[in-house]
Amino acid sequence: MHALANPARFLRIARPATSWLLLVGLALAIAGMIAGLTLTPPDYLQGETVRILYIHVPSAWLGMAGWIGIAGASISQLVWRHPLAAIAGRALAPAGATFAAICLITGSIWGRPTWGTWWEWDGRLTSMLVLFFLYLGYIALASAERERGGEGRIAALYGLVGAINLPIIHYSVLWWRTLHQGESIGLTGSTIDNSILWPLPLTMIGFTCLFGAATLMRMRAELAEAKVEARMRRMAK
Amino acid sequence: MNPWPFVIGAYAVAIALTAALLWRSLASMRRAEAAADAFKSK
Repeated sequence: MHALANPARFLRIARPATSWLLLVGLALAIAGMIAGLTLTPPDYLQGETVRILYIHVPSAWLGMAGWIGIAGASISQLVWRHPLAAIAGRALAPAGATFAAICLITGSIWGRPTWGTWWEWDGRLTSMLVLFFLYLGYIALASAERERGGEGRIAALYGLVGAINLPIIHYSVLWWRTLHQGESIGLTGSTIDNSILWPLPLTMIGFTCLFGAATLMRMRAELAEAKVEARMRRMAK
Repeated sequence: MNPWPFVIGAYAVAIALTAALLWRSLASMRRAEAAADAFKSK
């Protein structure tokens, strides 16, 4: 990670990586969604609505992964003062907020035919909504700090404190009796039948690549803006 | 209850929000890099 501390070195890797992530992400996400809509059987209990799984699960993962990235960038900034850490945190936040919103909306749409309600204030749904609001707070705080010429240390502290919500989201289905189902996909296996499960890795990897592409594009934009600002300051002297 | 309006609605939301995220990120990157290149050539 420290090898990428030089923005020029980072850009040499980020430029080709952006295009590749975008192309691979689009191909896998589209293939996974088409397969999920047309090639898998309906679930014996949920029927056709189980197809929402292929977009809801990747968006839930990316909503949380975005904040894991922000927490990592925050540590990197506060401990090692990595020059790209604040930029990475600011670039991760809009992508994380978008996927947290997709997770909440698709979950709500899935809940109506499955549970008979659009929304329930249970542990999993509420902690995910809190994550979405944390993202909005981070975006506002980081951009305000940047406009005032700060190094982004306050946003980094906020990013670390907000990470407390991640285990709450993960364990909410175990800690509280919730409407949301328990963990059906773990590191050791899945309770979902393979005939339904197989397109999920396609959309998981596909949307993760698209998340990576969006983050790299925002980092590149911030680096280009910083370059212009630095030159203008030099010219003003 | 017909499940398909819910399935199609969920996919439409996911596709629209992902496309908006990518479009805004791409536009801001292109604008910022074009401005940096123009400034450099001056």
